[in-house]
Amino acid sequence: MKNNLTARTVVIVVTLLICVFGIIDFPKSGADLVKNFKDNIRLGLDLKGGTHLVLEIQVQDAVKADADQSAERLKEDLKKQNVAWNSMDTPDVRPGHVEDADIVALTVKGIPATQSSAFRGIVTERYPTYILTALNSTDYSLKLKPTDLNDLKVDTVKRSVDTIGNRIDQLGLAEKSVQQYGKAGSKFEVLVQLPGVDDPARAKELIGTAAVLEICDVKEGPFPSKEGALAQKGGILPMGTRLVRSKPRGAQDGEQWYLVAKTPVITGREMRNARAGQDEFRKWETNFSLSQDGGRRFGRYTEANIGNKLAVVLDSQIVSVATIQSKIEDSGRITGLGSEEESVDLGRYLRSGSLPAGVQYNEERSIGPSLGADSIHQGIVAGIAGLLAVIAVMLVYYKRSGVNAVLALGLNTIILLAAVSYFHAVLTLPGIAGIILTIGMAVDSNVLIFERIREELRTGKSVIAAVDNGFSKAWWTIVDTHVTTVVSCAFLFLFGEGPVRGFAVTLVIGLVANIFTAVFVSKTIFDYELAGRRQLTELSI
Amino acid sequence: MELFKNTNYDFLGKKWPFIIASLVLTVAGFASILMQGGLKFGIDFKGGTLMTVKFSQKPPLEQIRTAFARSGKIKGEVTVQSFTDPGTQNEVEIGTELVDERQLAANRLSMEQVLATTFAQPGNGKLEFNSASKDALAARLRDPLARAGVAMAEPQLQKVVAGILDFRDTPPRSGLVTDFNQLSSLPGVNAGIMSTLKQECYLAPYTVKETQMVGPKVGAELRNKAVLATLYALAGMLAYIAFRFEWIYGVAAVIAVFHDTLITIGLFSIFHEEISMTVIAALLTLVGYSMNDTIVIFDRIRENLKIMRREPLESLMNKSVNQTLSRTIMSAGLTFLTVVALFIWGGPVLHTFSFALVCGITVGTYSSVFIASPIVLFWHNYTDGRKRTAPVLAAAARTDAPRKSPSKAAK
Repeated sequence: MKNNLTARTVVIVVTLLICVFGIIDFPKSGADLVKNFKDNIRLGLDLKGGTHLVLEIQVQDAVKADADQSAERLKEDLKKQNVAWNSMDTPDVRPGHVEDADIVALTVKGIPATQSSAFRGIVTERYPTYILTALNSTDYSLKLKPTDLNDLKVDTVKRSVDTIGNRIDQLGLAEKSVQQYGKAGSKFEVLVQLPGVDDPARAKELIGTAAVLEICDVKEGPFPSKEGALAQKGGILPMGTRLVRSKPRGAQDGEQWYLVAKTPVITGREMRNARAGQDEFRKWETNFSLSQDGGRRFGRYTEANIGNKLAVVLDSQIVSVATIQSKIEDSGRITGLGSEEESVDLGRYLRSGSLPAGVQYNEERSIGPSLGADSIHQGIVAGIAGLLAVIAVMLVYYKRSGVNAVLALGLNTIILLAAVSYFHAVLTLPGIAGIILTIGMAVDSNVLIFERIREELRTGKSVIAAVDNGFSKAWWTIVDTHVTTVVSCAFLFLFGEGPVRGFAVTLVIGLVANIFTAVFVSKTIFDYELAGRRQLTELSI
Repeated sequence: MELFKNTNYDFLGKKWPFIIASLVLTVAGFASILMQGGLKFGIDFKGGTLMTVKFSQKPPLEQIRTAFARSGKIKGEVTVQSFTDPGTQNEVEIGTELVDERQLAANRLSMEQVLATTFAQPGNGKLEFNSASKDALAARLRDPLARAGVAMAEPQLQKVVAGILDFRDTPPRSGLVTDFNQLSSLPGVNAGIMSTLKQECYLAPYTVKETQMVGPKVGAELRNKAVLATLYALAGMLAYIAFRFEWIYGVAAVIAVFHDTLITIGLFSIFHEEISMTVIAALLTLVGYSMNDTIVIFDRIRENLKIMRREPLESLMNKSVNQTLSRTIMSAGLTFLTVVALFIWGGPVLHTFSFALVCGITVGTYSSVFIASPIVLFWHNYTDGRKRTAPVLAAAARTDAPRKSPSKAAK
């Protein structure tokens, strides 16, 4: 019994320490404590102020663009095989109607009946992602296979999230979040949250403008500084060139400047795809593919410049410099990369250089900093008033045992806050609703147990027996109420969205913490008080 | 201290007045919803633009209305509402319709323009202080300060500007400074900064505290999702209770919770409160709370069914309710205390939230006793009644097992 009690105390103290550490780290001073607390317990936009944007990615644009590109390729292929046709068309898609993505089809008219098998052959061989249906003897319709269509939509949204994230980085915010909103594949929304920014205009500007991706001829470099480069060139840059800085790859990296051609060989517009990969020596590289037009130009250029260097410039910063080893046409690879991470990153930069589809704003909220400050102020005042009232009543009604409840309640709150900190969650209004319900249920668990103990005492049981029985009888009630709520939270999390999910997550954490504090911790405190006092006849409850 | 010791109230005998009261409340709520042509949804679910503007004095509602009507820039209905809460009596909410997502940005701009032309004095190219961001203010002051000979390093300037704006945004200013001289005693603010500030900036008598714009598509979807999620959650709870008790207990608990939600929604309509996303969070809280309350009572009934096998169900239920009465009153009372504190001091953001909970906890507590328990009782009386009229066989079975006590009540 004694040992058991010590073990339980250790568990409680360790939990408490871990939680307190999660909330305030190791503060060195009072100000440090406040700062750590504010850093760890991050508030949601509704409490802190900031901008909240929901954009819908116009995936129908991307699907239409894919069909248009296929049409161009198909024309060339048909020409090569001497297959005649009359017209190739894709339907127009309406802005704001993502569902139009599903009706995009490439209609090919006027294929002579004699060449239909040749035509079918080309399509099945070269366009495996399309389904070919005959409209009549001469007209055909090509439509993306459902799985490929879905992949394209999902990829479009992912790329948009990447691009928007990269662009928002320019605001230089410490915290920001750009994420897919809702279920991938059925919803195409992106949620952008910018704490502390109460004017969304600048953010919208950044999202709206195209990030510029260029591949440029490297004339000379690297130079350790801009001034050094200028000095070497006699203070004047050669015609048609500019100095571009390399993106720093770590804090200790020195500056690197390159002299590159002003006009790029190709730009992000001509980039179709890019992926990380490994070469035959298992060195990391990034493979990319270009559009037909871009590929042709790139081929001519690289053929004439083997051995020269190329720089990948993203938003006026060099992300990579590579040597041309052979003629590159519609696809190529960028070698000489240091790590997997670097090649994946570069692939992402190349892919997300420009937004793959238009965006539409579905929701925009900006909460001024003063509103946030007001809400917090009032919330804290009200919360403390409520809590004090609860504590007072508990202490008056349950006397010494009320202290147990208050301690358990306090620990519960600390665990909840620690969970918010460790999970890097943010505290929002619905989250606070979850906390209030948790506190309500925590109080209830304590009340349940205490009332049970009183009942047992009334039947004439000894104090120790009454406490043990009270806890064990209340246990199943507490399990049932908590499990029911956890079950409902699971459904809320699965089917709900945004705020509803925040509510569910906070509540589940709170309930788990509550079973620990109201039953385990409270029982341990009782046991401490009763240890070695078997003859005790009265309990302050 | 013990207030409810060995009570013996006949709760189930008094069920009818409460059931009738519940029905009356539900019907009144529905009637109110019907008369008002549906529920009053907040911007989260309806879509539209909502701007919260704080004025330095009592806001001129009529002037705002006419300004928006006359400008002709805003299509559709414009609503201007003031708050009754003493802490926010200088604030108004201006709401406009939003038919199409594409109007989002234009709508905001138009609203800001109307406000500026009506209430802000011409600034003569000066920067409006109450709406200035940190960067804008610092940029505005940097050069004039240098010209005025106020020597300041950049970090120092940033710190002073941050200090000024922090002061502006904390209560009681809450975003609105009415006189520059209020700033003069701030740390780091000297006479040079004050005079530059007065020369470069002006004070508009209002500030936009919050702008929310929600496209109609998002609104409708959010509403459906929230309702669906809640219904699934209720079904999940029903299944769990049916598994732990008997299916009729699950049904009764869910009906009781549903009843609480309906009455609360009805009260929202009666008191002209809007249903917003916050209210949904509150309704979810209330569902959880009410379910908790019901299960505690059911749990005691289940326990007593095992001990008092000969007791008629109605008196057994009464005993159970009486035994748990102290806990019911304590828990409900304490939660109620917290929620009332939120309602009184929580400010406008928590206002609807706490309103829903104040209604919900009251209704949720009595529904466990007067709605959920009677449903179980009715059902058992109904099935027992059928058994009584059935031949001897059933009676024989009854002596064997007086009442089906939930076998799964694990212990």
